[in-house]
Amino acid sequence: MNDTYEFHAGETHIEVHKFYPGAVVGVAVLALVLQRILPVYLPKLEILDIPLIVTIYFGLSRRNPSTGLLLGMLMGLLQDSLSGPTVPLGEYGIAKTVIGYLASSIGSRLDTEHPLARFALVVCFFVVHQSILVLVRRFLLAEPEPWLNLHLLIAALINAVLGVALFVGLDRLRRNS
Amino acid sequence: MVAIPSRHKSLALLAGVLLLQVLMLAVQVKRDSRGRLIRVWTITAVSPFEKGGAWGFGKVRGVWDHYFALRGTTKQNEALRVENDALKLTISQLESKAAEADRLAALLHFRESHEKVPMVMARVIGASAGTISRTVEIDRGERDGIRRNMAVITPDGAVGKIIEVYRDNAQVLLLTDKDGGAGAMLVSSRIQGPVRGTGEPMLSMSYVAAEEKVNAGEKIVTSGMDKIFPRDIPLGTVMDVKQANPFKVIRVNPAARLDRLEEVIVLLTQQTVDFPSYSEQPGGAGSAPAAQSSTPATPPAAEKP
Repeated sequence: MNDTYEFHAGETHIEVHKFYPGAVVGVAVLALVLQRILPVYLPKLEILDIPLIVTIYFGLSRRNPSTGLLLGMLMGLLQDSLSGPTVPLGEYGIAKTVIGYLASSIGSRLDTEHPLARFALVVCFFVVHQSILVLVRRFLLAEPEPWLNLHLLIAALINAVLGVALFVGLDRLRRNS
Repeated sequence: MVAIPSRHKSLALLAGVLLLQVLMLAVQVKRDSRGRLIRVWTITAVSPFEKGGAWGFGKVRGVWDHYFALRGTTKQNEALRVENDALKLTISQLESKAAEADRLAALLHFRESHEKVPMVMARVIGASAGTISRTVEIDRGERDGIRRNMAVITPDGAVGKIIEVYRDNAQVLLLTDKDGGAGAMLVSSRIQGPVRGTGEPMLSMSYVAAEEKVNAGEKIVTSGMDKIFPRDIPLGTVMDVKQANPFKVIRVNPAARLDRLEEVIVLLTQQTVDFPSYSEQPGGAGSAPAAQSSTPATPPAAEKP
């Protein structure tokens, strides 16, 4: 997972980043732990979805759809497992699998290093992620889940701000090729 | 360098992973009354094929039953047809017997309500062979006290008179015969005039003056003047009246159903017989009491009315 390679899309040269050994696994585990611990002490931080931000970041950086979707699936299933017995396995898994795939696919076509681009991408991915969750809950689980609303938009913006900041920190885990 | 997976491969992987998770969800999730979601999905997915299969089997079975498995159907059809014909005949006979029972009950009732009037009940056993004369033959004759010119009636009204008497049979000349008839009068106005047969189903009332007022629907009864029929026996109803000089032309619908006689009553006397349904007519002839017999109970001797 830490190999480096270069990807040529047409005439655009997009660099594929590599990370220090264990960085991806460590960051993923840390994200899941934080996601569980933070709301305990700061309930308002419940609106953050740190595993999602991590999934987006590694998807955009690795730029390999298969790797991205598998990482998303693992993150989602672990998040499901840690969410208690009321959340069936696969709910976050499906959503994050799709996000991982989309992030890797977009990352292989666009330069996603600019903070504004990252902000916009996190907002979009957050909305898509929540939309998938709503679809799964309404149609697969038959739960009365509300459609997208202002609260979701605010959550998307806050997660995007956090994402832009977090991405800068995660960039430091990249190995220079 | 790691080989980059093709777009199709990653799409297939995405689809596989998503499907796996959806199935995993379906196994876990339990709908309230319908069991686990996977079961609901499976049944939903399979039921169209089951329905299709059942429909197909039904069609095949229908084709087999209706086209190939028809051995013996012809024989069965024939037997059922014979049975159906027999049942139809039985029903017809039973209906006929029921109607006969009704008629006999009416006759019996009539007989019981006129116990003091000597009369003989008879069954019609034959009709005239030609269309010119309108006569019927009854199964009672001289041995039963029947004589010529005795009145023949039914509970509905006058029928005719005895014209020939044999030892065990007698012939009845119906009112509708051209030679048939009876002395009659209109119930409401008491206007008298003979009613004659025309050879047709309808009767004709004669010698009613043109200035007399006669309306369609008026009842006509016997007047007793012919020395055959007692008075006040229903003869019929005025069908229509045509103005003519010096007499009106009045067509009369017979009270008795002369075209379908099966049982009749032969009156052995000219004693008055009470017909309540006629005598209760407002302003009608019924005002004449039954005790007012025109003649004593002796057989009439006149040949014709």
